[in-house]
Amino acid sequence: MELVLAIGIGIMTGSGVWLILRPRTYQVIIGLSLLSYAVNLFIFGVGGVKSNAAPLLGEGVDVSTLTDPVPQALVLTAIVIGFATTALFLVVLLAARGLTGTDHVDGREQPK
Amino acid sequence: MSGWQQHLIIAPIVIPLIAGALLLFFDERQRVVKAMISVVSTLALAAVAINLFRLANGGGGAGAFDGVYLLGNWPAPFGIVLVVDRLSALMLVLAAILAIPALVYALARWHAAGAHFHSLFQFLLMGLNGAFLTGDLFNLFVFFEVMLAASYGLLMHGSGPMRVKAGLQYIAVNLAAALCFLIGVSAIYGSAGTLNMADLALRIGEIEGERRMLLEAGAAILGVVFLIKAGMWPLNFWLPGAYSAAVAPVAGIFAIMSKVGIYVILRLSLLVFGQGESAGLGLNVLLYGGMATIAFGTIGVLASQALGRLASYSVLVSSGTLLAVLGLSNGEVTAGALFYMVSSTLTIGAFFMLIELVERGQDAGASVLAVTMEAYGDADEEEQEVEIGVTMPGTIAVLGTCFAACGILLSGLPPLSGFVAKFAMLTGMIGMGASADQPVPASVWWIVGLLILSGLAALISMTRAGIRTFWASMEGTVPRVLVMEMAPVMLLIALTLTLTIKAGPAMHYMEETVRNLQQPRTYIDAVINARRAGVAEASGPDGGGGI
Repeated sequence: MELVLAIGIGIMTGSGVWLILRPRTYQVIIGLSLLSYAVNLFIFGVGGVKSNAAPLLGEGVDVSTLTDPVPQALVLTAIVIGFATTALFLVVLLAARGLTGTDHVDGREQPK
Repeated sequence: MSGWQQHLIIAPIVIPLIAGALLLFFDERQRVVKAMISVVSTLALAAVAINLFRLANGGGGAGAFDGVYLLGNWPAPFGIVLVVDRLSALMLVLAAILAIPALVYALARWHAAGAHFHSLFQFLLMGLNGAFLTGDLFNLFVFFEVMLAASYGLLMHGSGPMRVKAGLQYIAVNLAAALCFLIGVSAIYGSAGTLNMADLALRIGEIEGERRMLLEAGAAILGVVFLIKAGMWPLNFWLPGAYSAAVAPVAGIFAIMSKVGIYVILRLSLLVFGQGESAGLGLNVLLYGGMATIAFGTIGVLASQALGRLASYSVLVSSGTLLAVLGLSNGEVTAGALFYMVSSTLTIGAFFMLIELVERGQDAGASVLAVTMEAYGDADEEEQEVEIGVTMPGTIAVLGTCFAACGILLSGLPPLSGFVAKFAMLTGMIGMGASADQPVPASVWWIVGLLILSGLAALISMTRAGIRTFWASMEGTVPRVLVMEMAPVMLLIALTLTLTIKAGPAMHYMEETVRNLQQPRTYIDAVINARRAGVAEASGPDGGGGI
């Protein structure tokens, strides 16, 4: 399971990095979204990958059967913040499209 | 635990939060009410910051104030802590002192150029103060995002294709940086099992092997994020475009935003990576990267035709100087660097606001045209004698004086604080050999040379711009400037003058700050042993359980 997770994170990061280096704003925003998914999974992964484990500590419970709740809390915060900033970026992207008339990140087309 | 003083620690976050939220309830047409709320909040913030500064500096009786605030009354490594020490108090005061003139300046004109200026301004202050106060890495991320989200709005305040384009690139860079921040933080959590800075400093000694590698990699990724914010070459190409596109008061307050990165680097490198096996992690990157940044900024300053870009490159020179000097990791030099940070932040803040006033009398393309004409030497010489006898208007005199003061400050000439700051750093650097009885390393001579050269470049560039603007004004129109816009600039310059006169006590404070930073034990103990409200005895120092 670790391997699948690691490969998935790697593919998403690679695609994301490639996309944010592209000249169109839409590609950049998709790239940033992919990167943020990859990062969220990465945060989730640093707590150790476990399935069917509860994050709640109780009396007489073996700690090794538990999952670490902190990365889960972190990932929630990261998702919320990432979502909000991506939405903000989308608005700016539309404003730039409206003002400059092009979706190139430099606000003008490259001379051919 | 004397009640209200302890609660002051959270006030720099809560005041702008409440004010910013309150401002949202008022319609844009109720401008006076909004302005009043914003001014009151910023003044309150300054009062709190100065009070905290006094407390952190040992005022208010020993032991009464430990500078640690446990949020939600959770004990230290589990809950989030806010910490005030000398460094964070200094940064709080600097932010508040820069915010007042920027706000007053904005009230004259710019706050009406778009919606929600005051709310965004307050949220920016909240993010800044939070980043200075927090003692937890993930909380730092949250406050960074608060600050950045507000800065996206502020950068595009006033709208227009230029600002939106600059904003687009600024947001893209910062979103990518935020993702790196998360990777760094989670790698640190994965290897150390804690995000509390003090707890991390305690545990770093026990981490070994692969986990230490992961930790160092995480810290390095985190460092890259702060270097992007601080504007280290080659991570700084976004900065000149963004800062010169922002409206004047916003650019003024942005002068401190690039210092947030430097603050965090200083804090973490001395607290967590001060001693032990990972000591001095990345110092060489700071040293050589800083030197490259000074060189890049200097070339930029010389090459800039528009004043806005000149100021932006000055930000880079200032950041580069700080990074290179911090990379030396020498107490005396670092104290000088802190002084330089205060001085250059105030200067650049004043300069950004001054530029807009100066350029108001000119055509947009005039300054670029002037440089081109200078280069080709075909300015028509015949018209010269026409205007003899016209006295210099008062506005130009005041603007010119402020411009000259900024030039002196940026280039580090006596008598203003820019000189004192550079002198303090240079003395420390040249003195490095004397104390250790070894020859001064070559890299130090390089920094000394670059510092002096960058000052010369600033002087050349400012003189050229000054002559072009004030002596050979192509338009001949006097800019219409309100007292309300001139006063903030003069206030900031007056502050640097005060800093010069009070250089002795100020340097003393900086040295004390650095001494505190070099003994992370005090900080760690204060955080770990922080007493919970309503609990009689202190919790043990080994409160951090395994995870």
